[in-house]
Amino acid sequence: MKASTSVAITAAVLVAGFALCALQFPNIASTRVVANLLTDNAFLGIVAAGMTFVIISGGIDLSVGSVIGFTTVFVALAVERWGIPPFAAFALVLVLCALFGAAMGAVIHVFDLPPFIVTLAGMFLARGISFLLSTESIPITAPIYSAVSDFAIRLPGGGRLTAIAIAMLAILVLSALLLHLTRFGANVYALGGSRTATALMGIPVGSMTIRIYMLSSVLAGLAGIVFSFYTAAGYSLSAVGVELDTIAAVVIGGTLLTGGQGSVIGTFLGVLIQGMIQTYINFDGTLSSWWTKIATGVLLFVFIALQQGLMALARRSSVKPPGVKPVGVST
Amino acid sequence: MTLRIPRRGLAQAFALIVILMIDRAVSPQFFNLHLQDGRLFGSVIDVLNRGTPVALLSLGMVLVIATGGIDLSVGAVMAIAGATAASLADTHSLPVVIGSALAVGLACGLWNGILVAVLRIQPIVATLILMVAGRGIAQLITEGRIVTFTSPDLVWMGNGAVLGLPTPIVIAIGMLLLTGAVVRGTALGLLIEATGGNARASELSGVGTRAMILSVYVWCGICAALAGVIAAADIMGADANNAGLWLELDAILAVVIGGTSLFGGRFSLVLAVAGAMIIQAMNTGILLSGYPPELNLLVKAVVVLAVLLAQSPRLGDLSRFTARWRRSKP
Repeated sequence: MKASTSVAITAAVLVAGFALCALQFPNIASTRVVANLLTDNAFLGIVAAGMTFVIISGGIDLSVGSVIGFTTVFVALAVERWGIPPFAAFALVLVLCALFGAAMGAVIHVFDLPPFIVTLAGMFLARGISFLLSTESIPITAPIYSAVSDFAIRLPGGGRLTAIAIAMLAILVLSALLLHLTRFGANVYALGGSRTATALMGIPVGSMTIRIYMLSSVLAGLAGIVFSFYTAAGYSLSAVGVELDTIAAVVIGGTLLTGGQGSVIGTFLGVLIQGMIQTYINFDGTLSSWWTKIATGVLLFVFIALQQGLMALARRSSVKPPGVKPVGVST
Repeated sequence: MTLRIPRRGLAQAFALIVILMIDRAVSPQFFNLHLQDGRLFGSVIDVLNRGTPVALLSLGMVLVIATGGIDLSVGAVMAIAGATAASLADTHSLPVVIGSALAVGLACGLWNGILVAVLRIQPIVATLILMVAGRGIAQLITEGRIVTFTSPDLVWMGNGAVLGLPTPIVIAIGMLLLTGAVVRGTALGLLIEATGGNARASELSGVGTRAMILSVYVWCGICAALAGVIAAADIMGADANNAGLWLELDAILAVVIGGTSLFGGRFSLVLAVAGAMIIQAMNTGILLSGYPPELNLLVKAVVVLAVLLAQSPRLGDLSRFTARWRRSKP
């Protein structure tokens, strides 16, 4: 009930915002701009899908930006310097990312440590490794890269739905199916609701934690591959701070940071809202890019306050729980 | 108290000494000091001086973490305070400049505190808002430029010296003593620890947990603002994009290295500052050794993991066992 309310509010904000933008700049309401918006935010959408799983399960993954950076550098080096065929390089880097995520999940579960600080260590580690691999930007000239960036489905009105935008949409659909229709997805919600209750129900909490962080890192790796297609280069400083944009998109999409509630479609809407703000600022021309940050911050506040209000209402209508939640407990 | 701290700080003191010895090994002149123009110079002074922003941040952060919270916005607050100080520096006197920068920090802290204590938003989410928006606000103050200034008073805050010691070090020591006097000279520290240990129980036994939480975030904001002023004074300008970038992570790391649990409860100011010094001694060591500075992040990651594993509740059982064993020996 409440989950759908949050998504509905996010959707309303997106539609209202888009209408306002279109009112001021009629050109925004064209397939061209919308298709570009999808292309520009393709990597963000993919990584946000993974983050949705992590946050619904009650965790957080700060390492995703670094994993994207690592992936772009690794792919660029593998294809350009080491002579590995692109698809083999993609497979290799995804395996590495999976191992990385599994290791973080294992440390979180086995040593009972807060995900925040474990993935912070992961963030340092992944960024450090990509710095060690190379500190310069490596252009990728493999033929597959130009072929993919040339490929696009033409939309009526001159829009080009690019390959990476299609990839994002496909991954979002698959993630939504995985989250909402499978046993794995149900377990993710259960884990975010109550870890102890989940363990008592006989769900293997350890292997679930490992698989969730593995999924997040693999999707971050995929986002890195998409990012390398987007920029046609590998750079160890790419996607710095993307973890924040991702978390913001997930929260704006109505996912509770305490876990247990959220959806992939909401996250997609959150990504679109961030992209829309960016597009508006580009169209306006006089506003500087720092307004994106302020607008995102304001939206974050509004959505969090809204969630807090909805939760308070829900608490009032239900029976008062025996223990009041402790104040100021972080995950 | 006086007996407890040395035993608690043993691991940190040992780590700091080991790192300083490694620094000494890679750079034989590491402990050399010389006096020039009334100011001490040398690698050790450099470690202290470069470490002050993180040390100041960790002074506020350790109290926030002791209540079971976290403040992700300190880096952004540094940028806002630095931008405020830099844009006022050449037209106003030093007390006004510092006063307004600290007031900005106080306002930021109050915002975070209200979100956490009054609206009961999870600290990590509540402070994320200012972390995202803060740099935008700082950009707004500097109008997107890097604001430079020449005011000798403010430059003195970053590059001057008091009795031979660089001003930032003196300020950091002063803040440590002040914070220590306030929280340990009174029952305040105990009440903060009680809030972090069990907020519900503390509230029932009459601790004003809401006021505690509000005040630690305000203090954290003020400390961050001071760090921002020093960082701006050091480079004689305010860079809204890069001032204090990722320093919130270093500050959290310093607190964790200092042995304060992220779940709240017992804390130590001195050890948090020691944690900041350990981080800076590592950074300086890697620079001096001539290894690529990129190695820094890797070393940091390994240190975080080592500290985390040492603090892990699962390993805690083991350390309790060894402690019992040690006590049972004559």
